[in-house]
Amino acid sequence: MERIPILKMGQLLLVTIQVDMHDQLALTLQEDLTERISLTGAKGVLIDISSLEVVDSFIGRMLANIAGMARVLDAETVVVGMQPAVAITLVELGLSLPGVRTALNVERGMAFLHGAVDHRLGGPADDHRAE
Amino acid sequence: MTAQAATKIPEILERDEAQILTEWIRHQQESAGRRRDLISDRDLERQSREFLHLLREATRGGDLGDSNTGAAFGRVRELLAEVSRSRGLQGFSPSETATFLFSLKPVLFGRIREAYLKDAEGLFAELQRATELLDRLGLYTTEVYQKSREQVIARQQADMLELSTPVVKLWDGVLALPMIGTLDSARTQVVMETLLQRIVETGAEVAILDITGVPTVDTLTAQHLIKTVTAARLMGADCIISGIRPQIAQTIVHLGVNLGDVTTKATLADAFAVALARRGLQVQRAARG
Amino acid sequence: MIIERNEELEVRTSTDVARVRQVVRAWSVEVGFSLVDQTKMVTAASELARNTLEHGGGGTATVLLLAEPGRRGVRLVCRDEGPGIADVATALRDGYSTGTGLGLGLGGARRLVNEFAIESQKGAGTTVTITRWK
Repeated sequence: MERIPILKMGQLLLVTIQVDMHDQLALTLQEDLTERISLTGAKGVLIDISSLEVVDSFIGRMLANIAGMARVLDAETVVVGMQPAVAITLVELGLSLPGVRTALNVERGMAFLHGAVDHRLGGPADDHRAE
Repeated sequence: MTAQAATKIPEILERDEAQILTEWIRHQQESAGRRRDLISDRDLERQSREFLHLLREATRGGDLGDSNTGAAFGRVRELLAEVSRSRGLQGFSPSETATFLFSLKPVLFGRIREAYLKDAEGLFAELQRATELLDRLGLYTTEVYQKSREQVIARQQADMLELSTPVVKLWDGVLALPMIGTLDSARTQVVMETLLQRIVETGAEVAILDITGVPTVDTLTAQHLIKTVTAARLMGADCIISGIRPQIAQTIVHLGVNLGDVTTKATLADAFAVALARRGLQVQRAARG
Repeated sequence: MIIERNEELEVRTSTDVARVRQVVRAWSVEVGFSLVDQTKMVTAASELARNTLEHGGGGTATVLLLAEPGRRGVRLVCRDEGPGIADVATALRDGYSTGTGLGLGLGGARRLVNEFAIESQKGAGTTVTITRWK
């Protein structure tokens, strides 16, 4: 079954969402991410949507769900790279993505996560835990 | 209309094309509206010859009523569009270009009269058909002219729109959008798209929307501004609105517009200070020495 | 107004919904919509097609390329034989932020397009038509 790859980088999990993700794939991603956060004890999740040309209510809910579930598992989520056309459409749709932190690009997103994770652990995020 | 099947115009064009052409060209040369300064004899002859030829082919099917949309008249329309555009560029007024077609009437009518010598009813019907056909084609050239003028104006408006909403980089990661003049729906939309695009391109986390130069703000405009701020925030950037005049502040309150948690500052300077602070920057006096 | 082209698509799986997005996108590009307008149309199409699948039990999506003197447009008609919507007015009201509503996305989708029409009766299926013009 096709799935979207989740990369681990220290305490962070990185996901790059490709262009057009159908609903089933999105649900699978949600499940996979929750499992990985739990398994790895990751403290931060970065979701790169810079290739996503359409974010509708379903995808919006998915992002909000992921952020919510991650928080429950004590991880911070940041969504990066939203395209202007997508942002404009979301505003028109009335979707505010409550509880979803966003950043302009991967660099900023990482900076935010490192800051947030450091705050939680009281130390640098690159500190690898024993697996 | 059964008379449609009985039109002799295709026959007339078929049989007398050459003579009609000669007469028509002469008629145009001799007319007071002959603009020798704008179009050469040779080009005039060429356009007339091509048109007459295509008209003859188009009317062969016998259906004269379909000149604006029918497939048979496709090439006629193409030629007329080209003539209209080139004449427009040469400096002809749209009326002068349409007259190119209308000037064919007297020549064609003459032929028609010969064909219907004793038949008053037939003559009347045929003249009507002929005049309708040439009127429609003449008006078509005017429409093409209008359309291309509209395109030019639209392009100029787009250019003006772009020029009047510059996005300026004030500092690393801080953009400013000084808006001047009235903000209508179309303009605010362009502004929004331009700003968001620049935010992505420069990776600026703070954008200052300065409306010092905006005299009035109505509900729609206020809503557009708020949408812009919301969209920027969704992308991961923050907006500050500055330069709100007292009158606009009053309007906003009166209209009950909810600015939510959008940061607003009276002046661009104040907004800039906030932007720097947000980026963790401080301005210090340089040490003397 | 003439229909330059039309294509009917089955909506039975989530992959079908993605296919509807693709076709609407392609035709929107062809008509010459700006990027923002393309995105709005495709997003609205996605909402409708998904509704047809999730709430209508599956159905069809017909994409049409329209032409009128002076403008061209893209239309999408989503049809299902499902349970229908009892209270259309309520369904059209936004329900995202509060988390209630049937999540039909109809109210939002309406704002993304130029023309919006819905026909639905309890027990008799639903047909939603959206159109965007250039």
